[in-house]
Amino acid sequence: MLKISASNLNALFDRIAEKQTLYIPVDREPNVSEYKKYESGMTMSKALNTVRSAKDFFFPQTENLAEFKVSGKTIEVKDIRKENEDFVVFGVRACDARSFGILDKVFLSEPVDSFYKNRREHGTIVTMACTRPAETCFCTTFGIDPTVPGGDVSVFFDGENYFFLDNTPKGEAFVASVSDMLEDGDASKLAEVQENTRNIMKKLPLSGLSTDSFGGERLMEHFNSDKWAELSESCFGCGTCTFVCPTCQCYDIRDFDTGNGIKRFRCWDSCMYSDFTKMAHGNSRNSQLERFRQRFMHKLVYFPANNNGEFGCVGCGRCLSKCPISMNIVKVMKALEDK
Amino acid sequence: MNNDTLIPLIGVVTDIRQDTPDVKTFRVNALEGGKVFEHMPGQCAMLSIPGVGEGMFSITSSPTNKEFMEFSIKKCGCLTTWLHAMDVGQQITIRGPYGNYFPVDTELKGKDLLFIAGGIGLAPLRSVINYVRDKRDDYGDVQIVYGSRSKDDLVDYKEIIDEWTADPNIEVDLTIDNPQEGWDGHVGFVPNYVKELNPSTNKTVLVCGPPIMIKFTLAGLKELGFTETQVYTTMELRMKCGVGKCGRCNIGDKYVCKDGPVFRFDQLDALPDEY
Amino acid sequence: MQEAMIKRAKELLADGTVNRVMGWKKGEFAYDTTPAVFETAEEIDRDFIYNDFTQANQSKYLIKESRKEGKILALLKPCDTYSFNQLVKEHRIIRENVYVIGIPGGPKIDIEKIKAKGITGITNVKNEDYTLKIETIYGVETMPFYEAVSVKCESCKSKKHVVYDELIGEGGDILDSNRFDMVEKLENMTSQERYDFWRGELSRCIRCNACRNVCPACTCENCVFDNPKSGIDQKAAADSFEENMFHIIRAFHVAGRCTDCGECSRVCPQNIPLHLLNRKFIKDINCLYGEYQAGADTTSKAPLTDYRTDDCEPSVVHERGAE
Repeated sequence: MLKISASNLNALFDRIAEKQTLYIPVDREPNVSEYKKYESGMTMSKALNTVRSAKDFFFPQTENLAEFKVSGKTIEVKDIRKENEDFVVFGVRACDARSFGILDKVFLSEPVDSFYKNRREHGTIVTMACTRPAETCFCTTFGIDPTVPGGDVSVFFDGENYFFLDNTPKGEAFVASVSDMLEDGDASKLAEVQENTRNIMKKLPLSGLSTDSFGGERLMEHFNSDKWAELSESCFGCGTCTFVCPTCQCYDIRDFDTGNGIKRFRCWDSCMYSDFTKMAHGNSRNSQLERFRQRFMHKLVYFPANNNGEFGCVGCGRCLSKCPISMNIVKVMKALEDK
Repeated sequence: MNNDTLIPLIGVVTDIRQDTPDVKTFRVNALEGGKVFEHMPGQCAMLSIPGVGEGMFSITSSPTNKEFMEFSIKKCGCLTTWLHAMDVGQQITIRGPYGNYFPVDTELKGKDLLFIAGGIGLAPLRSVINYVRDKRDDYGDVQIVYGSRSKDDLVDYKEIIDEWTADPNIEVDLTIDNPQEGWDGHVGFVPNYVKELNPSTNKTVLVCGPPIMIKFTLAGLKELGFTETQVYTTMELRMKCGVGKCGRCNIGDKYVCKDGPVFRFDQLDALPDEY
Repeated sequence: MQEAMIKRAKELLADGTVNRVMGWKKGEFAYDTTPAVFETAEEIDRDFIYNDFTQANQSKYLIKESRKEGKILALLKPCDTYSFNQLVKEHRIIRENVYVIGIPGGPKIDIEKIKAKGITGITNVKNEDYTLKIETIYGVETMPFYEAVSVKCESCKSKKHVVYDELIGEGGDILDSNRFDMVEKLENMTSQERYDFWRGELSRCIRCNACRNVCPACTCENCVFDNPKSGIDQKAAADSFEENMFHIIRAFHVAGRCTDCGECSRVCPQNIPLHLLNRKFIKDINCLYGEYQAGADTTSKAPLTDYRTDDCEPSVVHERGAE
């Protein structure tokens, strides 16, 4: 397998960044990482994952859709779309890599969302196998193997070298473009590293969590569960879980008067917000219980009902770490699952 | 890049009709004349005034109308207030058509039809009614029961009187909630009127109106012997994208914008009561 | 401490003094706790927890809870009592429907500070004489307790309970805290440095609204940012400056009412030190109108809502604020 030594990783980054924009996870504070546009000298974070998910690359928090020029009774629509430039995201974990597949099912199904597709087509995902999962990890619940992270190129670290395995034509092109910096290496240690990580996964506190009790066929039963009141009682309706979630994709469309025309943009929205379903004459989800229920029903029941049983969660654990009141999908699943 | 449904087209308001004190019907044409796009009865479109907002509205005109589209809109919130303030010639943005439609070519074909509408609920049904009138031979008996708060609140009253009641092939039964000077027709709520009329249970029913009216009408129909598989309605929830992606108009696993807005009551029964 | 609280809570439930208990519920891990209302002794025995991780300020929940049937027991840390008092003063909490037990407060520890040390796979955290023994699936780690103290407890303003019906444990005093040190540091920056500092911090905001929704001073029924009629409603910044405006406007809105409970910074998923904005206001109010602590009592008039003829003139506010 092609490899590069850890000491040469930054030289590789410099090379990639010569041709296209490169994003890598960088520590903002010790072990608190975020994706940053690579500039020479930056060090890739050793933290397990970024605070925000990688969905931002394809579904940014705000994105302009169109511009309007209004004068008198006439309106002019301006299509502001431009072909995106190629970019590389390096160091995506298996959970986030899976999340792109989930977002694809929403945005690439008919009618295709051209804004998302544009970014998706121009982005190369280079993933990184996990070796030190956290207690909040439960990707295996959704059939994800964090030691085989996927994306366009999978990268594996054996403690000394990074090994590259391309998974797609885009990945193949990427590896080819830097192949002169890579050398053939002995990947025999990798299997051991992977086996070790898989064993750790089995020992994690959430390793036993199962999706068996969920899916589209349990819709009415879970919707009508009497557990929601207790689960949602302390939820104060912020959007933290939604916004750190790699698969949450609900959005709002709003207009902004720039003073020189109207900018129509979309932005992340959260079903946890009180105005999410509010209309001029009423609201279909008036209580926080209903809004809370919607978020989890969507991931565990509605999404699989519409997508051949695939769940809308990848077990990244971000909501477990970030919910201000520590209420999260794991607690919901444990409360609702068959005893 | 291909067209994106989120980037709207431009429509011109070519006629505005004040139907009731709070309902206006807007005629919309493409800039170059004709319709902005084709649709089927029951489908919707996103209308917007940039800087004010965007909203989903039922297309009131029949697809058989080849010249223009119409929207009957009740003044209710910010956007509709703005729309009501428009003059003829105003351009708006429009995108669609969105959603499914009443199964005029399949399940409804050859059937005796009973339309039941309350207030602005006539808007989506008007499209089907005129479609059926234009393809009259494809359908059996047609009966329309329509009620509103008062005579002045009957949407499209002129068309109802001039065209529908004058049409020997359809039966029109109007009612208003309370007695009113100059009204010698029926007085009473729609659900009760339907029960009084005691329509034949072999009819297929299309109902639209305020949620409370729909609820009591359905209960009444059941008393008369109708089953839920015979009754269709059309739903309205908050929408932003219109194509099942923005995530807010779902009832259970169904998106009203994409899987609806037309549902048969047995389908709604299988979904959570969250609308 | 947890045992004493459980014992007393069960007694008060049993003798009918209260019909509910507001507390914290244990979670999946040793460190995650969720505010919860308990209705029976069994629920309390099963789930109630009070430990180094029970940071959440429960006062805001009491707005809703104090409007329900019967009386609820609130277990308030010293800092929580300030928020409680302020909400009583603003007629948001109905005082007679709450039985308040003052409980010892922090310093609480923040699991993120432990994780920031690179410690992961945490299965248990024990406080052994102010050394944290952290059990992980990768082995046992230790770190000094004080290195893991949460931001909100780092500069604790008071160990005194300003309102209570009874106390468990000892009462404390108002502390001579260092809470304005960072504000002074910011004041001493050049305006460009200060602008860069806040741009750096606030540009990370993802507008999750956690700071607003957790804030005991943010209790508007309909927030201006959610109200389409306000003209400034927004969910996400339409341009890069708007995200700053959200926090600045929020800081203005809670000025004079913010008790400095620190919840905004605790809940921020992006670790933005939002409490510093509020502290700047507190410091300025102290400087311009004399020492004032929101929530210290339920009767005194707040400086920003009380006009006095010797109030600082607007023209000299700038000068005096800058000292």
